[in-house]
Amino acid sequence: MNNILTVSPSPHAHGKETTQKLMFGVVIALLPALFSSIFYFGYGAVIVTVSSVLSCLIFEFLIQRFIFRKPITITDGSALVTGLLLAFNVPSNLPVFIVVIGSFVAIAIAKMTFGGLGNNPFNPALVGRVFMLISFPVQMTSWPVPAGLNTGYTDAVTGATPLAIIKEGLKNGESLSQLVTQIPTPAQMFLGNMGGSLGEVAAAALLIGFVFLLIRRIITWHIPVSVLGSIFIFTLILWLINPEKYADPLFHLLAGGVLLGAIFMATDYVTSPMNPKSMLIYGIGIGIITVIIRVWGAYPEGVSFAILIMNAFVPLMNAYIKPKRFGEEVKNG
Amino acid sequence: MLKTFPTGGVHPPENKLTADATIECLPVPQGVAIPVLQHIGSPSVVVVNKGDYVKTGQVIAQSKGFVSTNIHSSVSGKVNRIDSIIDATGYKQTAVFIETEGDEWIDTIKRDKDIITEIKLSSDEIIRKCLESGIVGLGGATFPTHVKLTVPSGKKCDILLVNGVECEPYLTADHRLMLEKGEEILTGVELLMKALNVERAMIGIEANKQDAVSHLTRLAPLFPGISVHALKVKYPQGAEKQLIKALINREVPSGRLPLDVGTVVQNVGTAFAVYEAVQKNKPLIERVVTVTGRSLSKPGNYLVRIGTPVARLIEASGGLPEDTGKIILGGPLMGKAISNTEVPVTKGTSGIVLLPGNESGRMEISRCIRCAKCIEACALNLEAYLLMTLSEKGLFERAERERITDCMECGSCSYTCPAGRPLLDYIRLGKTTVMKMVRERAMK
Repeated sequence: MNNILTVSPSPHAHGKETTQKLMFGVVIALLPALFSSIFYFGYGAVIVTVSSVLSCLIFEFLIQRFIFRKPITITDGSALVTGLLLAFNVPSNLPVFIVVIGSFVAIAIAKMTFGGLGNNPFNPALVGRVFMLISFPVQMTSWPVPAGLNTGYTDAVTGATPLAIIKEGLKNGESLSQLVTQIPTPAQMFLGNMGGSLGEVAAAALLIGFVFLLIRRIITWHIPVSVLGSIFIFTLILWLINPEKYADPLFHLLAGGVLLGAIFMATDYVTSPMNPKSMLIYGIGIGIITVIIRVWGAYPEGVSFAILIMNAFVPLMNAYIKPKRFGEEVKNG
Repeated sequence: MLKTFPTGGVHPPENKLTADATIECLPVPQGVAIPVLQHIGSPSVVVVNKGDYVKTGQVIAQSKGFVSTNIHSSVSGKVNRIDSIIDATGYKQTAVFIETEGDEWIDTIKRDKDIITEIKLSSDEIIRKCLESGIVGLGGATFPTHVKLTVPSGKKCDILLVNGVECEPYLTADHRLMLEKGEEILTGVELLMKALNVERAMIGIEANKQDAVSHLTRLAPLFPGISVHALKVKYPQGAEKQLIKALINREVPSGRLPLDVGTVVQNVGTAFAVYEAVQKNKPLIERVVTVTGRSLSKPGNYLVRIGTPVARLIEASGGLPEDTGKIILGGPLMGKAISNTEVPVTKGTSGIVLLPGNESGRMEISRCIRCAKCIEACALNLEAYLLMTLSEKGLFERAERERITDCMECGSCSYTCPAGRPLLDYIRLGKTTVMKMVRERAMK
């Protein structure tokens, strides 16, 4: 016999899914939001996105090449996703040097110091974002007003986000019914016509991405639905108690980074829990912390902090919250 | 809604190339090598000597202990030698080598084509017949059937489940058997019901075999107590505990047997073998084997004498294709890769799958990205990534607490892992070590 036979333990088949395909699936899911941000914020969005993606890839390459001295894996797509998400979380007029610093923190500090893909406890893009927010509070909170391709880059007209308008207004003693006239309508917010980070504004585009992620089986529904559901329920209760003091649940879902966070940031494989039960707890935790920060905290927006806080609990959840195994507690019908 | 098991599972491409290939009878081979251990339990004891002339169907190795069974000669001829052989599992074991001379059957076997549906024997007699005829579970596990049919005192069985799922890709042996031997299978099911003293039996068939579902559904009214059920196409639908959950919604507790929830599962192939043993006095000397692979010129389903070398089957299917990189006994998810084609077909061989070289290797292993797809795929809700890490690091006590021994090694986790991690390899290592630990603890 002239064939040399391979002998290996079963299974002898593989589902053909790869890390790279999953990561590029996430990239595809992010495209609608990317296009809509270019539509609203013009070339500033392109500059920020390109510089973020490139610097993330370059930092990962440099670290793998010169510090790890291991095979280069930047083609696996994970640094590309981090770069995109980092860009999505900043204003579209952010100077390039700040973006590069953010990318460095995201890749070098939040990801590679822990050993790279698969080992980092905190979402790299969010670590980068929070670092920038604390270090460059002015630049990180001056939001260009959407003006399509006419939006300038560094000279863009800026305004407050709906969340900031509400927060400031309430602090100054105005009532919600007065403030509502100053913020975009829910329909405008759904389409993304409002100030905010470049990737978070268009709810419609993010939801298209969500549907794609679900159909392509990249993520399960558990985390996004539990985040959005808990925010909805929590803010609904507050709103029912006092609609003059607390914004309605729809506003909370559409404003700020809730959708971006719930669909793309909280579902990051490496930093989210691994079984459905923990995923729900994690999602609810993010929802509750987000609302607490938004309503009673110092910042108008709290999704990033909420996700990072819940990231810290993930190893604990993986160790102690177990799925109900088949044949464990038996109820026979 | 089709019935199915509740969590996990994967959908590998079905590749049932031989679904329409009628079962062909393979010519009696020149010589056979019949291993003495073709079942789970103790090896049978050889009762023939070198130089003896044996007839087709004659006992050549006798059951030793309760969990064991008889082994019969599948050809007539002279015992050449009794020697060691490397079997499909890769281990050496004793086998009886017989050189074929003609094809003389022992005269108690009824070789006519008449279908006998009338049941004359009692429960005990049927069970004894299974032992005498060397019947084992033909779905692949090869557990001696008479043991499964003997309900220990204190346990009760109220329903028989029959496994016609055949959820492994490529394999079609059970499918063809259901289409071509429907009445025999249903009579076999009646015999099994009689043996177990139950009134009801359910046959579960994956919905991709609609022709078999409708064929058996049409025949079933003639056989009281038997119903036929289509099941969702999902691997591992045919795993025993998953099938029980899908058909009667009972969950076999971890570490327990189907009898603990009042049922017994038998394969359709086993039902056919029981029919032949009881109604036709024919011991288990041949079985249906699917020989398949996309490069084979003539893939098919063959009725093969036990002990026939795999090479003969590949020849009958058009010869070994140039591009063959791997030969698997069984299906691609749970089957065993063999290193040479002289390995004999045994009672548990349901198929021979030839994979081309480019499908024989594994993908490169990369980092775990904690995507949790292995947890999603596990039909038992085990955390494969964790079990692998624990086994890798030698943390076997923790692995035991994480229920590593529940794993049935269906391979869904490795199949689904996007990083190509050898999850099941490490789980097997951990599982064997933990089982050894448990045994040692019990001895103390």
